[in-house]
Amino acid sequence: MEIKIVKKVLDANLTVAEQNRKLFRDNRVFVINVMSSPGSGKTTLLEKTLTKLSSEIRAGIIVGDVSTTHDAERLARSGAPVVQVNTDEFGGDCHLAAHVIAKALENFDVKQLDLLIIENVGNLVCPAEFDIGEDVKAVVLSVTEGEDKPVKYPLMFRVCDVAVLNKIDLLPHLDYDRQAAVNYIHQVNSGMPIFELSAKTEAGMEAWLNYIREKTKQKNEMI
Amino acid sequence: MHEMGIAMQIIEIAVASIPEAMKPVSVEKIHVNVGKLSAVIPDNLKFCFEVASKDTDVAGAELCIREIPVVAECNDCQFNWTLNGPAFQCQSCQSGNIRILSGQELDIVSIEIEEQENRLKNEE
Repeated sequence: MEIKIVKKVLDANLTVAEQNRKLFRDNRVFVINVMSSPGSGKTTLLEKTLTKLSSEIRAGIIVGDVSTTHDAERLARSGAPVVQVNTDEFGGDCHLAAHVIAKALENFDVKQLDLLIIENVGNLVCPAEFDIGEDVKAVVLSVTEGEDKPVKYPLMFRVCDVAVLNKIDLLPHLDYDRQAAVNYIHQVNSGMPIFELSAKTEAGMEAWLNYIREKTKQKNEMI
Repeated sequence: MHEMGIAMQIIEIAVASIPEAMKPVSVEKIHVNVGKLSAVIPDNLKFCFEVASKDTDVAGAELCIREIPVVAECNDCQFNWTLNGPAFQCQSCQSGNIRILSGQELDIVSIEIEEQENRLKNEE
């Protein structure tokens, strides 16, 4: 005898993600989920982003890491409230699931936030699959990685709304084909906005910051 | 990479869908649809399911995975095709303005439970 179910396997995650989304909507907080492979310079990018924006935007950050609090310590220097989530407490997960975010949110006064940045676990596979209630998904790629990362991890580049190409200050020292990387990104996600920048030298940072400012403003003014 | 978590979700949903009145009953098969674009490898999922289902109400069930091809449609020329690789451009007019119709599924479709008659026969 066959019993029909027809349910999404990640239904439980989606339910919590919707609760998160409602909380963010009710409090008009713009939420960006930042994903990348390990070593793309995600933490430096976010450290700089928070430092630059902290005088004008009330921002907070949730940091996911399999282990250690190193990233949280670095991000705390910006003065923004940081909540660290070590996924080994949740079984050494390779991604942040919606319930982990819901739990981390207990440490924030969401009413006092305009912007929430979520630094996901460094991994281009699993985080792509999990909705956590964010407004925007961003993927960070650096020029020290292969140009063809987008076609090796198509789901990630397909589900994300924007891409950051980081470490462009290193281009003169590398054989990296920048145009090829851009083409690969657009092969997977046509028209995807790409912010080419160096979080270290801050070249190109302004366009990225303006994007976050604009999105945060839109969400804050939403009725 | 996260197949164990997925397997545990499948087990949870499957166990919850066994009608209370029929218990104890043996679940023979669990049917799931896995899109080719989802970040799940069928063999890994099967292995994780076997390990995680031990000592649950669905222990011994076979996980039947149907892989769903990635099908896209062009928003500009309405051409419809199956993707064989990560090239998300219309094969007819090269437009990037496409939408994915299938291939991202991660759905549990049904469970098959042992027929009562068979069970009675086995018990005899």
